[in-house]
Amino acid sequence: MASAAHDVHSHDHHDHHHEESFVSKYIFSQDHKMIGKQFLITAVFMGLVAMLLSILFRIQLAWPGESSDFLNFFLGDQWAPEGVLKEDMYLGLVTIHGTIMVFFLLTGGLSGTFSNILIPLQLGARDMASGFLNMLSYWFFLLSSLIMFLSLFVMNGSVFGIDFPGEWGTVGNGPAMAGWTVYPPLSALPQAVSGSGFGMTLWLVSMAIFIAGSLIGSLNYIVTVLNLRTTGMTMTRMPLTIWAFFVTAILGVLSFPVLLSAALLLIMDRMAGTSFYLSDIMVGSEMLTNHGGSPLLFQHLFWFLGHPEVYIVLLPALGLSSEIIATNARKPIFGYKAMIGSILAIGFLSFIVWGHHMFITGMNPFLGSVFVFTTLLIAIPSAVKVFNYITTLWKGSIVYTPAMLFAIALVSTFITGGVTGIILADSALDIAIHDTYFVVAHFHIVMGMSAVFGMFAGVYHWFPKMYGRMMNNRMGYAHFWITIVGAYGVFFPMHFVGLAGAPRRYYDYSVYGEFDTESFNMIMDLNVIITVFAIIAALGQLIFLFNFFYSIYRGPAAPQNPWKSNTLEWTTPVEHIHGNWPGALPVVHRWPYDYSKPGAAEDFIPQDVPLAEGEVEH
Amino acid sequence: MENKLIMILIVVIGAIAISQLVRVYELTAKLRKHGEHEIPTRDNYLNSKLMLAFMILQFGGFIYLTMKYGWTGRGPAASVQGEATDWLLNLNFVIIIAVFFLTNFLLFFFSFKYVKKPGVKAYYYPHNNKLEMLWTVVPAAVLAVIIILGLRTWNEVTSASPKDAIQVELYSKQFDWTARYAGGDNTLGKTDYKLILGNNELGLITAATIDSSILAMRQGAGGILDIKKLLNNRDTVLTDSLTAVLRKDLGSKERLLRLLTQMKSTHNASLDKHAYDDIIQKDTLYLCVNKPYEFSLRSKDVIHSAYFPHFRAQMNTVPGYGTRVKFTPNKTTAEMRTIKNLPTFNYVLMCNKICGGAHYKMKLMVVVLEEAEYNAWMKGRAAKNFKATYFPAPAAPAATVTPAKDTVKTAMN
Ligand code: HEM
Ligand SMILES: [Cu+2]
Ligand SMILES: [Cu+2]
Repeated sequence: MASAAHDVHSHDHHDHHHEESFVSKYIFSQDHKMIGKQFLITAVFMGLVAMLLSILFRIQLAWPGESSDFLNFFLGDQWAPEGVLKEDMYLGLVTIHGTIMVFFLLTGGLSGTFSNILIPLQLGARDMASGFLNMLSYWFFLLSSLIMFLSLFVMNGSVFGIDFPGEWGTVGNGPAMAGWTVYPPLSALPQAVSGSGFGMTLWLVSMAIFIAGSLIGSLNYIVTVLNLRTTGMTMTRMPLTIWAFFVTAILGVLSFPVLLSAALLLIMDRMAGTSFYLSDIMVGSEMLTNHGGSPLLFQHLFWFLGHPEVYIVLLPALGLSSEIIATNARKPIFGYKAMIGSILAIGFLSFIVWGHHMFITGMNPFLGSVFVFTTLLIAIPSAVKVFNYITTLWKGSIVYTPAMLFAIALVSTFITGGVTGIILADSALDIAIHDTYFVVAHFHIVMGMSAVFGMFAGVYHWFPKMYGRMMNNRMGYAHFWITIVGAYGVFFPMHFVGLAGAPRRYYDYSVYGEFDTESFNMIMDLNVIITVFAIIAALGQLIFLFNFFYSIYRGPAAPQNPWKSNTLEWTTPVEHIHGNWPGALPVVHRWPYDYSKPGAAEDFIPQDVPLAEGEVEH
Repeated sequence: MENKLIMILIVVIGAIAISQLVRVYELTAKLRKHGEHEIPTRDNYLNSKLMLAFMILQFGGFIYLTMKYGWTGRGPAASVQGEATDWLLNLNFVIIIAVFFLTNFLLFFFSFKYVKKPGVKAYYYPHNNKLEMLWTVVPAAVLAVIIILGLRTWNEVTSASPKDAIQVELYSKQFDWTARYAGGDNTLGKTDYKLILGNNELGLITAATIDSSILAMRQGAGGILDIKKLLNNRDTVLTDSLTAVLRKDLGSKERLLRLLTQMKSTHNASLDKHAYDDIIQKDTLYLCVNKPYEFSLRSKDVIHSAYFPHFRAQMNTVPGYGTRVKFTPNKTTAEMRTIKNLPTFNYVLMCNKICGGAHYKMKLMVVVLEEAEYNAWMKGRAAKNFKATYFPAPAAPAATVTPAKDTVKTAMN
């Protein structure tokens, strides 16, 4: 309890020095609730940037080569002369879009925001194990976000005219252009594409800082979950949100260092002349002396992180939705223990499936078979989760808050995107559709939409806890219905684009115009439809933005427990205070899912209510 | 112009939408009492109905797209292996589409049916081990079938080619493809990237190519002697950075020269014949129908991917690392044109691994011919093998291009 005493002390202290308290309250805050909000706002900004980039390149895909003032406005004469996007910048936009969405919005943003806000509150802790490290993890995140954002503006090896000495700068235009997977040699050779100069350097530096921040954060989450649970909060009484954040943090700690080492080796190949990933290469007419390295080494290292990363993005969303679905269906989550078991199984299996991204790299086919087997195994715990969600809804008494809508939609996208994973995991079938839009459809639905829906659900549900005010429900409904229709309209047709043969990361599909007009017509028809839906979905987000920022300042004041929920965060006062609970910490007597329990007066029994005479725990 | 209008329209509609929303918001906020956050029954019912409507929209959209485009939008497979994987794909699609309909139906139907009704309490139902067992075991059984069938096909399509398979190399570089046929001996000559020079674009190893590379490295333009001369020239003053660049270049070239000299000393000239009869083909890849092909893949600069959408074949080309893929084309270009009812159709080889700005333009036309046509084409082509192009006879009559080529052309049209 030493940290609690310290907090109370510093709280008093701040009252006397007002200017200092602004800085330490809003900027260098060590309070987990403020840090969570900082993560959220930063991620919302990055998410908007990434969304705008996707609209820019979608315009090119739907109307290739047509002049657009919109493109020229955002990209200028350098990248969109006459309003037509340049082909290498197309790749730059795609790369930064993917990078931001996966790492900055859905790793930093999703787990950073909600792990921070919910771990101490739902466990009955005064704060994170280390407030200082927690603050550091945010500042690393912010710094890496800024660097990634600035990398969009690289011109002649410098950003806004600021030159960098020696090997660091001097070459390169535009951001990294090798895809979010930055496979070398393309990412290692500035001669190969204009983004592999300073833009790529910034990408690597940004990611290295991001990983450091994410590691610090994850360690903090793990320690907090293991050590700071309040009396009675056994591991099997933790809400599924916490289980999800806990396993996510473990995945991060085990896999991100591997990406860091992959990135460091790439930096060495780029700057120190080593040959980890390079062998027998001639770029243009320049013969390199590198010999003995392997580009496949990078892919193994990358995907050793890359696949767990999918679950780092997804598990928090599933955790949030478990909580939201149980609360709003007014029913216990079905199969609580099986849900924990499947989170653990998914977490474990996610480490031994990475090879499914490499079926057609020339990897030994037998090794490929092993990865087919392990990958398809993951479908089992995933199926268990889906059926448990569905059974939770069965005979429920569903209250449609905007959060509940998004949580149910998440289950739907998890199914729709998950089943196509079965096709892609089957190596023989992957041969024909690998790297086509079928894959783009699959991962956007199962990872992108699911995680974004989970994030929206979380924001709507915990907004009263974060800001002490309510968001507007009607605007929430409008936002939800536009988003789900728009998002399905974008990503569902992409399956058919991929089956028609369209490769991803293509600036246009004129090649089909030359060889197979049947496929070409189909691809182009659908591309226009997709872009129109993308623009609608993007505009729908303005409703959310407005609702969010307006409600922060003007929303109606929140009651203490607006959703009649069982978990501990709703026992804290609406006003944020250091240490979370004004008096003693709550004591936990039951699991978090006693909704509509027979014999109880209300349809919910918070975790800190002792068992009644003769009552059995679930 | 059109775009401008669309853009303006979007901005205007967006602005109107937002201002309307603000007004709606203000009104609803006024109507509400502080701290009262029950969702109105009307809103609950509306959303539950919209859930059902969305399900219908989703299923309808899926059925519409499938009817319109089918699930193999690129037409029937054009190879033996592709037919096997397409069969499997169809089977898998049947399974996953069934799962898609069933689970989405349950999800949205329950969302619709079990909306909160005044006075009705939810059913407290925390777990049921039998049910949970059921939906662990059933998916496991279905997956077992999928895995077994999948691996059987995978083993078939990745197994070694038969001995008599036709050997072809596909060589990728930013941003085009080059094919190399093995010639009469059906054995490809060996290659090394250090020998890429002049008209030895693929770096074939022969005594002569090694010699000329050594010569160029030492005495050619920009070669070692040139650089040394520049560095030692006292009349011109070089900037520091230029000197550094030159020194680095000199270092690499000396190292490459050492390796080339080593190669020369261990070279076995009796293998040169495998290289000399190879045929290098740049604009179109001709294949013979119903013949097994073994493709060796190689890359000069970055990773590319040899992607044959119609043959359902794909494999990365990795610099410094050889890869392979095989398939047996079983429909000629002419047959496929009839099947697809598309007289302009042609097979194509594309690049499917991001490789730089013009990635999307990196392609090679593929033509599948009847055996007779193919042999005729090959006969004409064989005369222009590597030996003939590498040592162009100074006064060779231009008539080495046999009339066979024209026969092919007419067959094509
Ligand atoms: C407005 C919504 C979005 C649209 C319209 C959109 C569209 C696209 C498209 C068309 C591509 C493929 C481009 C290509 O391969 O040529 C792409 C790539 C990608 N997107 Fe999105 N996307 C959206 C949201 C998201 C979200 C939420 C995520 C989070 C997972 C995401 C992650 C990615 C990734 C990882 C890539 C791959 C980038 C690469 O190929 O290197 N996107 N996006
Ligand atoms: Cu994966
Ligand atoms: Cu390529």
